[in-house]
Amino acid sequence: MRSVKRWASKNLIRIYAFLAFTYIFIPIIYTIAFSFNDGGKSNLTWKGFTLKNWANPCAAPEICTALGNSLKIGLTSTIFATILGTLIAFALGRYHFKGRSSTNLLIFLPMATPEIVLGASLLTMFIGLGVDTGFVTTIIAHIMFCISFVVVTVKARIASLDPRLEQAAMDLYANEWQTFRRVTLPLVAPGIAAAALLAFSLSFDDFIITNFTIGTEITFPKFVYTSAIRGVPAQANVIGAAMFFIALAIVIVGQVLASKRKSKLS
Amino acid sequence: MAQDASTSARGDLILRNLTKTFGDFVAVDDLSLTIAKGSFFALLGPSGCGKTTTLRMIAGLEEPTSGSIHVGTTDITDMRPYQRPVNTVFQNYALFPHLSIYENIAFGLRRRGISNDLIKEQVDKVLNLVELPQLAQRKPGQLSGGQQQRIAVARAIVNRPALLLLDEPLGALDLKLRRQMQIELKWIQTEIGITFVHVTHDQEEAMTMADTIAVMNNGKIEQMGSPDDLYDSPKTAFVANFLGQSNLIPGTVSGNDGDNLIVDLHGNKIAMPKRRSSATGASILAGIRPEKFRIAPEGKGATGNVLTGGVVSDISYIGVSTQYQVEMPWGKELMVFEQNDDDSDFLKKGEKVVLSWEPMFTFGLDGSQDASAGAH
Repeated sequence: MRSVKRWASKNLIRIYAFLAFTYIFIPIIYTIAFSFNDGGKSNLTWKGFTLKNWANPCAAPEICTALGNSLKIGLTSTIFATILGTLIAFALGRYHFKGRSSTNLLIFLPMATPEIVLGASLLTMFIGLGVDTGFVTTIIAHIMFCISFVVVTVKARIASLDPRLEQAAMDLYANEWQTFRRVTLPLVAPGIAAAALLAFSLSFDDFIITNFTIGTEITFPKFVYTSAIRGVPAQANVIGAAMFFIALAIVIVGQVLASKRKSKLS
Repeated sequence: MAQDASTSARGDLILRNLTKTFGDFVAVDDLSLTIAKGSFFALLGPSGCGKTTTLRMIAGLEEPTSGSIHVGTTDITDMRPYQRPVNTVFQNYALFPHLSIYENIAFGLRRRGISNDLIKEQVDKVLNLVELPQLAQRKPGQLSGGQQQRIAVARAIVNRPALLLLDEPLGALDLKLRRQMQIELKWIQTEIGITFVHVTHDQEEAMTMADTIAVMNNGKIEQMGSPDDLYDSPKTAFVANFLGQSNLIPGTVSGNDGDNLIVDLHGNKIAMPKRRSSATGASILAGIRPEKFRIAPEGKGATGNVLTGGVVSDISYIGVSTQYQVEMPWGKELMVFEQNDDDSDFLKKGEKVVLSWEPMFTFGLDGSQDASAGAH
């Protein structure tokens, strides 16, 4: 009895961890596996292994146009949202002004508002203003909801920055711009990079708001959604899996570089 | 761009009527002060006394409400921090975590557009001065507290400022390292001859390192002088209590005897050198440092000034000396430090004792003050 207890106390956490990871990874593994399925148009049942989906990911009609659109929207939104959000974060994190605390609160609102509400409101607004929906309206919408996330991420980094470092830079003959360029920016940069990645993944991934603002254009999430009625082609799995591997590669490279830098220094 | 600090603005640091208020709170109150070029100057005081605010105004990190700051003949009151021939060693060093030690030290030189060759020469030189040349390529996070402290000093002095400001630079170090760094900082200051202005709340640190100490309290300077001057001749109860410990006994001046004043302390007549008294009226505080007292069992011979009727209320043995608390008939306790340099028996708690001391060790303060001001 006691030995069972000891075994359990030793291994229970491992079993739990294994189950938790299985739960998280099954959909991803499923996606990757079915990117190799020789399933034809509908990719619902396993019909045999093939590499032809990977060899020609653009085979499914419109899929690469959709992907290209999503990348374009994602990159543009990310650049604007990151710049604007970082500026807001500096204003909120570094300066005291009238209405700062209410701005702090208001910046959370887009995060808290249901996307479906935002999307529908944006659509009525654009129609009311007589603006044609399409890429521009979608990018405007994406920048809008990405900014909040950028502000929150960058602000956290700024808050953890010791103001004495900037004072030390000024004390060592760096003027305001040099202080920002040589001390503040490099120290906040990891936060800005994290915010940009977050913004891109939010934009690339977004379906609900995009569906309202994109008009007749197509994005990757919209492509997957519309083709789900007829059966999602295996090429969608290929692109999904590829995105996953790219993200994984970025993380691994980052980790390796960080540990290399550490071991080189010590 | 800043001027070359090593060639411009040689001279003393002069503060004139410097005042800084935060809302209703007066942090620094009409402070006027001249710090001689090349001296090691300490601003000493309890937290909140205005010493750090004064330092930050000199560095340009805080704007004075009124008054002026000069280095030599140059008015630096309205200069930006990066325009001043002043460098600071910050309390927690504020080394740039993303830059190597080499780049940290080179930071100021680079901003002033000095050539790479010259930078390398000067950084190497200053790293040798602080005896850490092997750490040039490390990041600050990989250094111990003592090493970071030395790099912070190196990063500042490499610029050859007219003035080096040190804001509680040793506060984060443990006692042993602090002692070592005190000696090292003093040595560096002597070696390079830059004016050091050192802010601290640690009276021992100030006394070890500084040529001149200004004791600050409530935004004003209570007294300024050399360490021994301040210790031997405090002019206020605050200074007497803050710098070391003092027994301050209220009394009344009752007469004259040549160079001495005769003072009545609760019925005991004692003598005090006139030149050591800063009291103007009849009401006076007689000050005696604890180590100046002699303590003996009642009835034993006592010479000089004598206080009778004491009872030992507490004893702590601390190796080199024994500290006695003696309760006096008027209800106050006096502190006595007795060197353990003979084999006489220790006194016991409750024992009746007589305290005596040489008249020349007595100092007099104005009797209108709170005798416990500045006590630890």
